[in-house]
Amino acid sequence: MSAAPSQNVAIRTGRVTRAVIYTLLILAAAYYLLPFYIMLVNSLKPLAEIQQGRMMALPLEWTLDPWRSAWSTAQIGVSPTGLRPYFMNSFLMVVPAVVISTALGALNGYVLTKWRFRGDGYVFGLMLFACFIPFQIAVIPMAAVLGWLGLSGTIAGLVLVHAVYGLGFTTLFFRNFYAAFPTELVRSAMVDGAGFFRIFTRILLPLSTPIIIVTVIWQFTNVWNDFLFGASFSDFDSFPMTVALNNLVNSSTGVKEYNVHFAGAILAALPTLIVYIVSGRYFVRGLMAGAVKG
Amino acid sequence: MSSPQTAFMQISGLRKRFGTLEILKGIDLELEQGGFLVLVGPSGCGKSTLLNTIAGLEPISDGTISVEGREINDLHPSKRDIAMVFQSYALYPNMTVAGNIAFGMEMRGVPKPERDKAIESVAKTLQISHLLDRKPSQLSGGQRQRVAMGRALVRDPKLFLFDEPLSNLDAKLRVDMRIEIKRLHATTGKTIIYVTHDQIEAMTLATKIAVLKDGELQQVGTPAEIYNRPANIFVADFMGSPSMNLLAGKVATTADGFVLDMALKDGSVRLKLPSSIASSALAAGQDVILGIRPEAITDRDGADRNSKSVETVHGRVELVEPAGSDTFVITHLAGKEVTARMRADAVVKPGETVPFAFNLEKAVLFDPASQKRL
Amino acid sequence: MAAAPSPTRRPATDHVGWLQDNLPKLVLAPSFAAILVCVYGFILFTLWLSFTNAKLLPTDFDRYVGLANYVALFEHRNWRISLTNLAIFAPLYMILCTIIGLGLAILLDQKIRIEGVLRPIYLYPMALSFIVTGVAWKWFLDPGIGLEAVVRSWGWEAFEFRWIKNNDMAIYTIVIAAVWQSSGFVMAMFLAGLRGIDNEILKAAQIDGASNWHLYTRIIIPLMRPAFLSAFVVLAHLAIKTYDLVIAMTGGGPGRATYIPAIAMYDFTFTRQSMGIGASSAIIMLCMIAAVIVPYLYSELRQGRQQ
Repeated sequence: MSAAPSQNVAIRTGRVTRAVIYTLLILAAAYYLLPFYIMLVNSLKPLAEIQQGRMMALPLEWTLDPWRSAWSTAQIGVSPTGLRPYFMNSFLMVVPAVVISTALGALNGYVLTKWRFRGDGYVFGLMLFACFIPFQIAVIPMAAVLGWLGLSGTIAGLVLVHAVYGLGFTTLFFRNFYAAFPTELVRSAMVDGAGFFRIFTRILLPLSTPIIIVTVIWQFTNVWNDFLFGASFSDFDSFPMTVALNNLVNSSTGVKEYNVHFAGAILAALPTLIVYIVSGRYFVRGLMAGAVKG
Repeated sequence: MSSPQTAFMQISGLRKRFGTLEILKGIDLELEQGGFLVLVGPSGCGKSTLLNTIAGLEPISDGTISVEGREINDLHPSKRDIAMVFQSYALYPNMTVAGNIAFGMEMRGVPKPERDKAIESVAKTLQISHLLDRKPSQLSGGQRQRVAMGRALVRDPKLFLFDEPLSNLDAKLRVDMRIEIKRLHATTGKTIIYVTHDQIEAMTLATKIAVLKDGELQQVGTPAEIYNRPANIFVADFMGSPSMNLLAGKVATTADGFVLDMALKDGSVRLKLPSSIASSALAAGQDVILGIRPEAITDRDGADRNSKSVETVHGRVELVEPAGSDTFVITHLAGKEVTARMRADAVVKPGETVPFAFNLEKAVLFDPASQKRL
Repeated sequence: MAAAPSPTRRPATDHVGWLQDNLPKLVLAPSFAAILVCVYGFILFTLWLSFTNAKLLPTDFDRYVGLANYVALFEHRNWRISLTNLAIFAPLYMILCTIIGLGLAILLDQKIRIEGVLRPIYLYPMALSFIVTGVAWKWFLDPGIGLEAVVRSWGWEAFEFRWIKNNDMAIYTIVIAAVWQSSGFVMAMFLAGLRGIDNEILKAAQIDGASNWHLYTRIIIPLMRPAFLSAFVVLAHLAIKTYDLVIAMTGGGPGRATYIPAIAMYDFTFTRQSMGIGASSAIIMLCMIAAVIVPYLYSELRQGRQQ
């Protein structure tokens, strides 16, 4: 996880204190794990077991049926398609949105740090504020613009929206990274005769792997987890996963299939969780970079 | 080739502004072919900015820079036929040593076989042949420095620019590399402009030194001129270590010529000024500042026997600093701290009052108002 | 910088001329234009809309109505409820996240051997969608099958925990879920702050005789002011924007018990077809966030320039 360069060597604690500290920390871990535990065990048991007040217990009868149902047969809105098509929708939306916003963010960061011009600080400030606006402010006009572009209710429309509103953060990440990038390297490459794009592709880009990973993870997580834009600008064919999940859980009539809901929730969480588990260090770095603008 | 009459590089009226802040306030400077110009000054004096404008890395606000009679103000850095060695070396971390050295040639479209040949010969000159496949992160500070020089050398440019290239090295390595740079200059005969804040580097390397302060040239001259005849108090103080002693006094006239009266804690002392420094501009009653280097103040036995103008002043020794090769003795005269440089085996103890021999032939006089040398 | 601001021509001109000179700006331009339009243009558009009587689509705004929408908004029961709920939710959420985050960070900073295991566990909720979090907590807190039913099945028949169904308490269940999701992140911010403190200062304080308690209260926590500030800004901004979590957990209910501004905005705009009022509520939300973010960004950017 995030780098721990130095511990507080000066602080000393006694044995009893340490026992208390460990107990508290492990209790906290249990608290954080509890909801996931509940989702997992209840997605593997028949509905009846949940209804009998056995939510905390391990399944008496283990079953994968809830998962099958959530993936391919559960009722989403009006059609019994399961979450599968929406899972695909989310991927089709996330991949281009992440690629576009990351590529542009990298170029923006490069320009804003190594090719500075009069007023670049204001340009950056204006772009930065885009990270924080409540997206409610953009919902109405964006709906009109997407309609005008003929992109209402399409995945392409969602890609556009996410690419644009991701620019603030991607630019921030790359700007801060390149600000610490030795300017002498750029100067040296200029003396060596490299131009704007060549300096970028030959000198900066090969050294940008960490920040690219951070940005991609950040954007992937944000776009995948978005609900507001998905709910506002998509229709039945183009729902992203989060909207479909909410549909499954909150609009189902008749018997509530909690086990299917939990399986669906895990499915929706899976891609971002995998990213987190595989590269948590970068995930945390992104969080911190987004919060503490450094 | 430039004709011998016109300078190889010429800077005139160069100004550089950031908004309202003027970093370079009208620089006029010339350098002959094969010269080694060192720009020296305290941090923030504008020396690095000056170098960057010569390189074309920073635009200038006014004035001209020309090389071999051709104005290069608006040329892109890569078109100026220069090579630059940076303080941080600026080695491309993602490329090998060979890749670093070849990058400039690659950008200019030099074919690979030719590049390889050039790399090989430069690597041999700098004894880095065994490092060619390594990445910069695997090199020591001294090796990185060599690679940075190799990258500059391989271009065979008209003009070399060095931006404090030795300041990231430890003391011993710095001396070694300094010698190496000097040797390089001697063997290649290339024209070099070199920025440093280290006045010893400036003295040892330069054929010509330009001292800058607050964006203005203070003095341009050979190391000997700068050292022996500093143009003003700033240059006198900045160049040389320990720095020049500066003592206030008043000029008087006697039958023998000009003398200098200095007030001591008890009474005063009168020094006879040799004709070498007592220029006709002096007038009786004039306030002056006597500048005299530590090596011109010695014990009596160590005084320069060829000098016709050695005057003795008694002072109370405050501190003795044995430096191995010499012993520095610190005393107070005329209300100022004075450092004298005595032989290593001179016997002086703190608290004693001893005679200090002033070799006034080596002294200079400054006007306290204008700070300029008289 | 490679090319610093200058009142005169840049040296990079040579013969390639204008294009070469303006290439960096041209590269930046599409992004900047997109943000100008989609952020600032849209803000202006929404602002304008909020002064009209637009109903369903932005096409039928035909009449300027002045501040009527804002008056109607603040007179509307739903908006008032949403503000009241936000006033309960936001401070509780921020305070609890800060306490838990700081507490965990301090405990985790005591050379804990299993830190590498614990830290990712505290942080993983941040990787989840609010919808997923909402689903998990919705059913866990549901009295029919969740905590209440479980505890009763363990034999404690009288146990009752039905906040999520209770008009007065439902908003607190949102706090519980939101704190669960964000407190690990706040922990990470404080931990970074703690790790950034110069160890020599702590050693000096110990030599001066400071106890652990004093070390924290007098030296460490005061030194973490930047971390507190960042946490405050991030949490306030998240609190005002909260939307998905409530939708997934309670849908704003029961009744209007968990109705918050973001839901009210959506409701006015798309369900009640009073776009003008919806726009005015969005503007109010923007003002709330700007009140927190703008001073922060301003000071951060200024600091950056001074460095």
